[in-house]
Parts: sequence; C-alpha cells; structure tokens
Amino acid sequence: MNRVFWAVISATAVLGLVTGATQIDWTKPEPDEELSGGATTVHETNRRAFSLPAANMNLDRRADFAVGHAFFNMPWVEAPSSTQARDGLGPHFIGRSCTACHSSDGRAAPPEAGEQPMGLLFRLSIPGKGPHGEPKPEPTYGGQFNNQAIDGVKPEGLIEISYQPVPDKFPDGEAYTLLKPTYQFTELGYGPMHSKTQFSPRIAQQVIGLGLLEAIPEKDILSRADPADRDNDGVSGRANYVWNAITQRKSLGRFGWKANTPSVAHQTAGAANGDIGITSRHFPAEECMPSQKDCHQAPRGGKPEINDKNMASLVFYTQTLAVPARRDVDSPQVLRGKQLFHQAQCAACHVPQHTTGLVKGLPELSKQTIRPFTDLLLHDMGEGLADNRPDFEADGREWRTPPLWGIGLFQSVNGHTRYLHDGRARNVSEAILWHGGEATKAQQAYLNMPKIDREALVAFLNSL
Amino acid sequence: MLRPRHAFPMLALIATLAASPAMAAVDTAAVVNNYADIVHANYEDALIKAKALQTAVEGLIAQPSKESLEVARQAWLAAREPYGQTEAFRFYGGPIDDAKDVEGRLNSWPLDEAYIDAVKGKPNSGLINNAKAPLNIERLIKLNAKGGEANVSTGYHAIEFLLWGQDFNPKGAGDRSYTDFVDGQGKNADRRRQYLKLVTDQVVADLDYLAGQWKADADNYRSAFLKDKPEANLRKMLTGMAILSSAELAGERMQVALDNQDQEDEHSCFSDNTHRDIVNNALGIRNVLMGEYKRVDGSVVKGPSIKDLVAEKNNALADKLALDFNASVQAAESIQAPFDQEIIGKKDAPGRKRVSATIGALKKQTQTLVEAARALGIKKLSVDLPK
Repeated sequence: MNRVFWAVISATAVLGLVTGATQIDWTKPEPDEELSGGATTVHETNRRAFSLPAANMNLDRRADFAVGHAFFNMPWVEAPSSTQARDGLGPHFIGRSCTACHSSDGRAAPPEAGEQPMGLLFRLSIPGKGPHGEPKPEPTYGGQFNNQAIDGVKPEGLIEISYQPVPDKFPDGEAYTLLKPTYQFTELGYGPMHSKTQFSPRIAQQVIGLGLLEAIPEKDILSRADPADRDNDGVSGRANYVWNAITQRKSLGRFGWKANTPSVAHQTAGAANGDIGITSRHFPAEECMPSQKDCHQAPRGGKPEINDKNMASLVFYTQTLAVPARRDVDSPQVLRGKQLFHQAQCAACHVPQHTTGLVKGLPELSKQTIRPFTDLLLHDMGEGLADNRPDFEADGREWRTPPLWGIGLFQSVNGHTRYLHDGRARNVSEAILWHGGEATKAQQAYLNMPKIDREALVAFLNSL
Repeated sequence: MLRPRHAFPMLALIATLAASPAMAAVDTAAVVNNYADIVHANYEDALIKAKALQTAVEGLIAQPSKESLEVARQAWLAAREPYGQTEAFRFYGGPIDDAKDVEGRLNSWPLDEAYIDAVKGKPNSGLINNAKAPLNIERLIKLNAKGGEANVSTGYHAIEFLLWGQDFNPKGAGDRSYTDFVDGQGKNADRRRQYLKLVTDQVVADLDYLAGQWKADADNYRSAFLKDKPEANLRKMLTGMAILSSAELAGERMQVALDNQDQEDEHSCFSDNTHRDIVNNALGIRNVLMGEYKRVDGSVVKGPSIKDLVAEKNNALADKLALDFNASVQAAESIQAPFDQEIIGKKDAPGRKRVSATIGALKKQTQTLVEAARALGIKKLSVDLPK
C-alpha cells in the first residue's frame, strides 16, 4: 500500500519535472535570464565585478555602503595603538582584514607551495556537541586553527598541504587528473592536539548576493527538503539548524560550507571574531583556550573592539554587495549547456531560481527574482569530498549546495579558477568530477557526455 | 523697464544653443578617440612628473640634507597633480586595473606604516628594519597587499611615508628628518635609501607601461579599445566617471573620513595633500565630460566630448551636467588643508560643512551623469539608479 502510494507520488514528481522542463525553450534565453540578482544585478565583468553595491541602491545609501566597504578593507592593528577605532587585532588571527581572505570580495585559493594558507581556514573539533549543538572545540586549540598571532603570543602552528595527483579518463578516452589534498598541522604552539581531533578545511567564499540569499523565505527552502528521499530521485536535501548568536536561539542555517551560520550579521561578526580576533556586542571575547596563557594576557583594543555602528555598516555592506549579470546567455553553446545542466539533474540541488521576500530596511533586496543556483540545503557528497567532521546537524559527508552565481568570474576577480570547499578543483570540470554521494548520477551523466556536450556544460557554468 | 531690455538677448542666446547641435552631428567614435588622446596625455604627464620625482629622489639618496629632502617632497606633490586626474580612467578593467593590478601597486592606501618602516613605539618594525630580508623590487611587488590591502609596500604612498614620515603634527604634515637617510644617524639608513629608490623606480616603470598602453598607432590596449563598439567604450568612460565620483571619492575618500573623524582615513595622510587629491579627482572626472585636458606644460588636448553628445539629445541636460561638474570642482577647491583637521569637530564645523558640501555636489553630479547616460541610451551602467 505504502509502496504503491510513493510510486504514484514519485511518478507524478518525475512527470512534473518533465513537463516543467518541456516548458523551457532551450533555443533561446528566458526573459531576464542574465539578471542573476534581479534588479540588484550589476554589469561589470572586471576585477571589481564583486565589489559593487546593488544596482538599485540610491546614492545616500551608497555612502553607507562605502563606509562598510572601508571597514571590510581596513586592516586591524595590534592594541594599544594611536588609531583606536581599529586596534584589537588577535591575539590569534588568520588575516588582518576581511579582504585579506575575501580579496576583491571574491573567492580565495589554496596557498602556493611553500606558503601558509590565509583564505583557507581549518575548523577543529572532537566528537560530541557543545551546549548549543555546535561541534565540541578541540580542548587546546579551540574551534579553529589560527596560524598567526600578535607580538608576544605564539601562533597556533603551521599547516602543511600536499596534493596527490589522481589520474583518470573520461569514457571517450580523454585524460584528466584530480588533486587529492592531505593536510597536516605542524610546529604546534601549545603541544599536541587531542587524539580524536576532527578538522575541516574551508575556503573563503565570494561575498556577493548574501543579503538576497538571506531574503529567500524559510518556507521555500524547507519545502525542498526531502530528508528521507520520498520522491526517490536519489537526492535528499536536509536543513541544518544552528545557533544564532544575535537572536540567541536555534535557526535555519544558510551560510558557510556546511550551512552552519544562520545570518549575514552572525557570519560577519563571527568571522571578525574568529578570523581577525575582533570582539563585538554578540561575540564579546576572542577564543583563547584555557592553556593559552599568552593569549589571555595579551592587550585588548577595547570592549568591544568594533562598535555597533561600524559593525552595522559592515553587515549592510555584506548584505548588499551585488551579483554580476550572466554573460553570453544567448550563445548556442551556453544554451545547450543549460539544457544539459537540467537533463543531468544538476538543478535538483543547484536550484536555479528563487523569489526573495520582503526584507525590513532593505527594499533593494525585497521581492526580487534571483538566480543563485542553490537550494541552501545539505547533501551527502560522497566519500571523496567528506571531511568526516559533523557541524551542528550536518554529518561528515554533507555539504551545503553552494550558490553558483559569479563562479565564471573568479578568473577576472581573483585571478584563479579554484573550486570546492578547499579549493582542490583547478577548474569547473574537476569540480563536477569530484561530485559523489547524492550527486553521483549527475556526475556520471557528465562523465558520459560526448566532449562537445561536456564543453557546453562547462561553458554554461562559466556564464554564471 | 529692465525686463524688456533683457528679453531680446536671452532669446537670441537660446536660439543659438538650440541651433548648434543641428549644425554638426557629434560622432561617438570621435568622442571615444578624443578620450583616448586625453588618457594618453594624462598618463604621459604623470610619467614626466614621476621622472622628475625620480631625479629628486636620486638627489636625496646621493646627498641627504634638509634641502634635498624638501626638493623630493615638492617633486612628489607635483607628481600627484596629473596622477590624481588619471583616476577617472579606472573602474572598467582598463590597463590601470586589469588582472595585473597596476593600480594596487601604484596607489594603494590606507597604508600600515609599520609594514614598511619603524613607527612610534616600534623602532624595529617594517621591511626596512628586517635586515635579513633581501630588498628587491620583485619581492616588494609580491609583498604588496599580501595579507590585506593595507600591507602596502609600493607606490606613491609608500614614497610619501618615506619622505614625510608619520604625521603627529595637527597643523601640518609629517616631518621625517633627512638624517633617517644618513648612514650612522638613521637606523638602517642604507636600506631606507635602497627601498625609496626601488619603489620610486617602480612608479616610473608602471606609468611608462600605462602611457605605452594608451599610445596611438601601437599594438596595445588602445588599439584593441578603439576596435570595440563606440557605445561600449562610452559605457566604460561613464562607468569610470560615475564610480570615482560616487563610491570612491564621495564615499570612501570623504564620507568615511567624515564619519570616523580619523586621520587614518585620509588619502595622503603623511604629506597632508589630501585636499589636492580630491580636487584632482574631481578635475579628472570633469576632463572626461568636457573632452578637454590641460597638460602640465600648459597646452590643451581638446575634442568632441560626452557633453556634446548629451547636448544633441538634450541641451538643458548638457548644461546641467556642466554646471554640476563645475560645482563639484569648486566645492573641492574650497576644502582647506590639512584635511585631517577639516574633518574634525561638530556637525556645523566649517571644515566639515565644506567636506559635506563637496560630497553633496559629487552625489548630485553622479545623479545627473546617470540621467545623461540614460539619454545616451546606456542602460546597464553599474551605478544605475532606480527610476
């Protein structure tokens, strides 16, 4: 009985998908298809493509945006200093400013050989959960590995990264090589780590369109969740529920590689605290673990180190950074790639389109049709990508579907084409090939495409 | 009695204005071509003045003295005049701010002084005092903006810091002693001289590159630029003007300083030359509008302009553009040095009012510029505003 019922449901779902798909005319772009951010969309393709305010923002608000931009770029200095508005770096830190990792508001790449990472950070934990359901911090080094420190404080250590080439072939004979990373913590400043330490590498993401993602109604996100895979399409999709330091309660997670952050305000203040060592109203203390005496004793830059007004302008800035328009939406190759993207079921998780709700105080972002290509849900991505470290309700194989808007502009903005949570993929094709778990069918579809179709799919992704 | 006497000349004037567009149609390609001429002339001027700075720096290095330091400072100030005007050519991915990031190398700010040299309370800080680290330009370029945009190791502001030092003087600029460059008196004086020479030479090299990219009749950026559709180039020109006018100059360079009342937020904070940076930016934007640039030797490059194009569509709008752009330059010229004192005080402090008025004028001119872009049929300007 039950089985029949679900068979009917899934048949209807498949039918719905097919009829939905046939409504798209693959020979020409949809109306406004290039406007990834709706009316907020900007039209630059150069190095500043990720650094512009929402196109529909008026000039007075642009001045507020500029103040936020200045704080995003501003380097924090060690306390005490004559410049009181900007002292309080560390004691431990990763970068001195937001832009240190999010260069040009864009995507970071793994470090070059022989260099220490900056835009690639490492979360640490041991099995178990903290009071809010968060991962239990590693007892000596805390929840994050900080490889830099101010004068008089020890850095937590160094990170050694090596890549093992994994050569393979497409069925048509074309060769490719994936890079499998290995990470090791060395020169540890405070002694050995816990024997059951779990870690997760996370690359700094592009900062564009975050306010729009925040404006997608929660019910729309949850309507796509299918934790038991009831539609039997092999794709589940789970919501993460995480601690919100601003509202002091559990909320739906939307941001970060594991959807472990609930809002732009939490993300911004949390990163300022964890990555630069800046305290603010909702993150009043830096993470100094009990045995890190030098960290406790280091001078501080005030209580808090960034005031509410400046934090608010930083949050406003990160909420309103615009998404650039797509390029070449009418190119036959790109249109063919779009069709393949849908046929290979990539769109099951990389959901192309959403409509934002009304956002108090942010009319620019309200009621916009946006095209981020994400469902903001968690999916099992297979063993190859697994970090084996749970994060709130995400397990060690799950990752949040990252938005794809802007991915074709990393080269222009940041001068590289590194993808995935730790930047291991050297181009879009390698990123697809790493997909496993729930995305295995889509990955297999790509693998088996003739070269001309593979190129079309990549051309489509690079047009985003 | 007065009114009738004025009526006739006024009518005549209106008639003349209305008639002029019909007489000669303005060609967008000619406007773009004239723009390329202006860009080249402006970068060439920046290069000429940077070479003069290079000579002065060499003089200072050969014989450090109060006088030779002052000569170098004056040469730096003179070099900033043409360079400030070139900033209107940014923000559309031209040679100044493509992937090579020449702009970041030339003009990065704010600058963490302690990254380069000793500062008050930290006598051993900076690349200069780290005697083990080799000093060469490849390394300095690689270190520029490493770990954050303020870790500036090269460009005008690095030179400025080496010539003036930190500014602790409320009435004027910083006052580094020439003895910092004298062996046996300034710590690591040899490395400071070497550093100054390296970064000055690089400014010359970068400007030489930029002027070369805009030179006529060569295989360079200009030749590729001129092959693009004139309308696409018009959009680039307007983008550069609008972003410099609103986000960069009105926003980051003035609003932020006004909000924070912090010396660290002024552009040329060591030399107290920020008031000239502002004027030169505003002038640069107006140069592009009017299709006219006054060179450092006093000669003028002039040709068909964006204003002419707008006048063909809407005469009143073209006049409004000219009025607004002139008002911005005038407002900027009223700001007094030192800028770090101008921004301090209560809301109605005269200095803050002058800075506010300039921000207001820049916003107004941007608004009019966006209207003008629409009149010219350019819809996708990234500073587009809601209707």
